[in-house]
Amino acid sequence: MFRGIIDLKSLWLIGAIFIILLILPPIIPRFYTYILTLIFVTALLAMSLNLCVGYGGMFQFHHGVFYGVGAYTVALMLTKTSLPVWVGFIAGPIVAAAVGLLIGWFCVRLTRLYFGMLQISLGSLIWAIAFRWYTLTGGDDGIHGIPMPSLLSSLNSSYYFILIILVICLIVLYLIVKSPFGRTLQAIRDNPERCEAVGVNVRRHQLITIVIATFFAGIAGVLFVVLEHSVFPDLMFWVLSLEAFIMCLLGGWFTFAGPVLGAAIMISLRTFVGIYTEYWTLILGIVLILLIFFLPEGVMGYFLEKFKPRAKEVVERSSELNVAG
Amino acid sequence: MQLGFIEEDGFQMEYVLTFGPSELACQLLVGLSRSMLLFIVTAGLSLVLGVLRVPNIAHGSLYMIGAFTAFTVSTVVGGAGGFWLSLIVAPLAVALVGLVAERILFCHLYEREHLMLLLFTFALMLILGDLVKIIWGAEYRSVTTASLLQGSFMIFGLPFPRYNLFLLIMGPLVAVALWLFVSKTKIGRISRAAAVDREMVGVLGINVSWVFATAFVIGCLLAGLGGALIAPTVSITLGMDHTIIIEAFLIVTIGGLGNMWGALIGSLIFGITHSFGVMFWPQFAIVFPYVAVVIVLLLRPRGMLKSVW
Repeated sequence: MFRGIIDLKSLWLIGAIFIILLILPPIIPRFYTYILTLIFVTALLAMSLNLCVGYGGMFQFHHGVFYGVGAYTVALMLTKTSLPVWVGFIAGPIVAAAVGLLIGWFCVRLTRLYFGMLQISLGSLIWAIAFRWYTLTGGDDGIHGIPMPSLLSSLNSSYYFILIILVICLIVLYLIVKSPFGRTLQAIRDNPERCEAVGVNVRRHQLITIVIATFFAGIAGVLFVVLEHSVFPDLMFWVLSLEAFIMCLLGGWFTFAGPVLGAAIMISLRTFVGIYTEYWTLILGIVLILLIFFLPEGVMGYFLEKFKPRAKEVVERSSELNVAG
Repeated sequence: MQLGFIEEDGFQMEYVLTFGPSELACQLLVGLSRSMLLFIVTAGLSLVLGVLRVPNIAHGSLYMIGAFTAFTVSTVVGGAGGFWLSLIVAPLAVALVGLVAERILFCHLYEREHLMLLLFTFALMLILGDLVKIIWGAEYRSVTTASLLQGSFMIFGLPFPRYNLFLLIMGPLVAVALWLFVSKTKIGRISRAAAVDREMVGVLGINVSWVFATAFVIGCLLAGLGGALIAPTVSITLGMDHTIIIEAFLIVTIGGLGNMWGALIGSLIFGITHSFGVMFWPQFAIVFPYVAVVIVLLLRPRGMLKSVW
């Protein structure tokens, strides 16, 4: 199935990583299992965002909202209704995608920075509602102690559940990126006018991309609830959206696996620097500035450029993109 | 007359709950005074956006530093003098921080693409936020104004805080000063030209670097002034940068990126809708300005006034 889509060497590498991740939980301390799981969830969020940012060239500035909507949907369904758990798990991504369709429908009318700003205002609207509607969403406290089925109650079992969902999502995302639709999307990113001229419906492609990306963000939101058993309005605050955006830029937004690396770097920095000092954001800021000065294509972009001459054109293309157009 | 009390991003105020013409007028004035505060902050952001083309997320942190500096100055000096002095010292201190940041970091990055600048200013926001935490700690702080500005007076038969009147005076003063700067001084004119076509300005043999530095420092000055002015009306705390910066960005976007008068119009829309939101539906007051922004962007996708981008 993957012939022509992925080369054998990468497949071996990915398979090896997957097997290592499968045998890790019984060996490593509980704390590291938790961090790994958190990285998986955040990585899925960053990957879904990168479908819009890296492949679609859209300024999806408030992606966290869809993550939050997915998480809130499943949280509300599990606490306020007596529907089976799996209904909530399916409803989360679907509601997130529906909200994505609604917000995206407005946003694709604008371009670039204006697209991003409209999305921030629409997203902040949803955040404000979740933040203030105490009777439904618990306001700024959020919802805690969400009941989970016994199958997912231990950390190790939720680790495996999240890992498997993540792998499935990554495969689907990879197939989307390599599909004719994904190719068209990248063409739109590189030259929207030309695509319009050859008869591609640019807005519809962008809207579909947003819906797909928000669906996966909703899955990430559901997985967050599986891991943390709680939701809070900060999931929809713009800082988290920007952090996800930074993960894409940090890891390398013109590469498929870059956002995963970005998420891993970000979460590890926060956790392990956070152990030694409460001023971890200071360290994160300094690391980011050093990266901007020395590795402008992101970590993954840097390694690709170093080890594969073929990737150079990708990096060159990144410098052609501008904000306001 | 019934009075309600609400705290909105730490913006504490008493609000009238019954709606009559005088209540509406009074609420309009409250909204206007909030708009003036927003204008002072966003004018700085807009200047930096227009001249330097840098979407400066750290602008909110500079505003927060202004508020904390105002706290320190007014506590150390004390009394009325402390408050007035804080209005001068805080902007200057923030301008100094801005100058250092510009000369050491920003000036190497102007040619980078905008997303990288966004990432960079975000990093700066993280750093400045933690520096504030190191210097001032995470406690809530408050500033007392001069006794001249305390209390309220009667207008339309309703009490109106004196401090809000002071803000209503300060806003237009800053607007006039900025207008004089950009249209009457040489450096202001050059910065306007640089906003429109920076290459051409460079070709004419003008050293663009110091024009950029000046514009950036003035932007920081305004952020600091905004911080010092809001200090007496809110509890000063970490995280106030996060709240203001998103509002400021939305305001400059609906006004027209880099357009100073656009920032004024955007601030008015934002402040007044918020204030009427508080009047009609306090629980969801913060939703109203966002709805206004969405409507403006759908009707005029490039903002109300001409954008320099």
